[in-house]
Amino acid sequence: MKQEFKIIANLIEKNTRILDVGCGDGTLMEYLKNDKKIDIRGIEISKNNVQKCIGKGLIVIEGDAEKDLGQFPDESFDFVILSQTLQAFLNPEKVMSELLRVGKKAIVTIPNFGYWKVRLHLLIKGTMPITRTLPDEWYNTQNLHMCTIKDFFNFCKDRKINLYKSIALQNLKSSKINNSNIGLKNFSSALGIFLLEK
Amino acid sequence: MNKNVNIKSLIINKPLKLDCGQTINNFPLAYETYGVLNKKKDNAILIFHALTGDQFVSGINPITKKNGWWSYAVGSGKAIDTDKYFVICANVIGGCMGSFGPSNTNSKTNKIYGTNFPVITINDMVNAQYNLLDFFKIEKLFAVMGGSMGGMQVLQFVSNFPNRVKVAIPIACTSSHSAQNIAFNELGRQSIMADTNWTDGDYSNQNKNPNKGLSIARMAAHITYLSKNGLQEKFGRKLQERDGLRFSFDADFQIESYLRHQGSVFVDRFDANSYLYITRAMDYFDLIKEYGGNLSKAFAKTNTKFLVISFTSDWLYPTSENKEIVIALNAIGADVGFVEIESDKGHDSFLLNIPEFLDTLKDYINNSYLRN
Repeated sequence: MKQEFKIIANLIEKNTRILDVGCGDGTLMEYLKNDKKIDIRGIEISKNNVQKCIGKGLIVIEGDAEKDLGQFPDESFDFVILSQTLQAFLNPEKVMSELLRVGKKAIVTIPNFGYWKVRLHLLIKGTMPITRTLPDEWYNTQNLHMCTIKDFFNFCKDRKINLYKSIALQNLKSSKINNSNIGLKNFSSALGIFLLEK
Repeated sequence: MNKNVNIKSLIINKPLKLDCGQTINNFPLAYETYGVLNKKKDNAILIFHALTGDQFVSGINPITKKNGWWSYAVGSGKAIDTDKYFVICANVIGGCMGSFGPSNTNSKTNKIYGTNFPVITINDMVNAQYNLLDFFKIEKLFAVMGGSMGGMQVLQFVSNFPNRVKVAIPIACTSSHSAQNIAFNELGRQSIMADTNWTDGDYSNQNKNPNKGLSIARMAAHITYLSKNGLQEKFGRKLQERDGLRFSFDADFQIESYLRHQGSVFVDRFDANSYLYITRAMDYFDLIKEYGGNLSKAFAKTNTKFLVISFTSDWLYPTSENKEIVIALNAIGADVGFVEIESDKGHDSFLLNIPEFLDTLKDYINNSYLRN
């Protein structure tokens, strides 16, 4: 199991209603379902993945989060999860506000463009960085709006979005992000995991 | 079509008040079953058929001698595995495969009903079939499912009987028949009525048959079940057993010959008046209106879990209309899955051998039964 998923699971309380936005083949949904007694739904854009999820008995609807989150009433979920997908939307700002409308809380994870390996790649090679969390070339990547942990941190601050927990993940090591260590964490971590509330 | 070979039929003694205001009583409901109802009676699946379907879902249809209409999906080891599940399917009322319909004889007049048969609705069809639960003493069906008009019956069934089914699978359908679909149905009805042999619906009493009209209705409808790409790929401009154009109105093109064939085989198994009645029932179907403009209210009282399935090339019951059902269910936090299957076979896709569709159906059904 990915370390990221374990951290997400730790952020979630039992007996809650959850929406996994961009749930992929349902790996996280299955893990959470078995780990906690939760009511979990997914929304996924790829037909192939939706068929896999439905085949596993997961409750998933095919749809585009950018258009289809509107069908869920306000605060209809306790948690909405968005794992490493925010950067792939045409309008991440709008998706963020939808997440925080539909969910009482949101868990958002982002691949950190401020990670030192990414910076070094661009600095030394002068080409778009390719790392484990950013495996694709510039011309075929799904990522349209890359950001750093610091960018996201500031994004939330500017919009008065409550950052309950901010966690930096590097390999298997996770650590808390706060106002004083943000610069360092933004440099040393490949992934940021955030628990937010409007 | 009226040869009563191997047709199981239930006589329904409970009066049924139809939406048109009339009450019917002591009427036949023809049905077929596959597989075995287990002791717990928790493995029953009720399948609803589409416009021209019947109760013979699988195996060889004893009337047409052809495969049952959903043989790809239903049978031993198939998506709806008759080794595990007890499958029930009934001919809708208004139909012509043994259930109470316009080709039945009115005992009061000793004449065939024809257009004196009451207008029926999807609601009436579902209420008639509900009697099957009592007959088999099934407290709760494991699942209801169906495509096209069968899907409409699924939606109506769950809204009428919210506690009598665990899983509902409406496929390639709608919650409110569109103007385009009413238009196509009207085209079919008018072609039947334009046939002089229709004689205002009294043809059976006069030993006539509006075969021309019914076959044209079928031809027109058949086009709507396919897709432009599907037709182009299968037929293109290929000629029918000839080297060049004949400069006549003969069937030069394969597609013409194909449609004529579809029309001519259809009249052997279907009653023209039934076609009028069933298309009317589809046109009248508007679950959104029934619930005051809010489809969610149709499902507010149910815990049934739903899987909605649509097909990319279906322009008769397009994905957008299927998605309206999903949206209504999500609005009330219902348990709903949704997938659009890639296919160029048009609306007919749900009847065909499309592995992604059948695999999804199979896995979902088996998983849902396990979690029972």
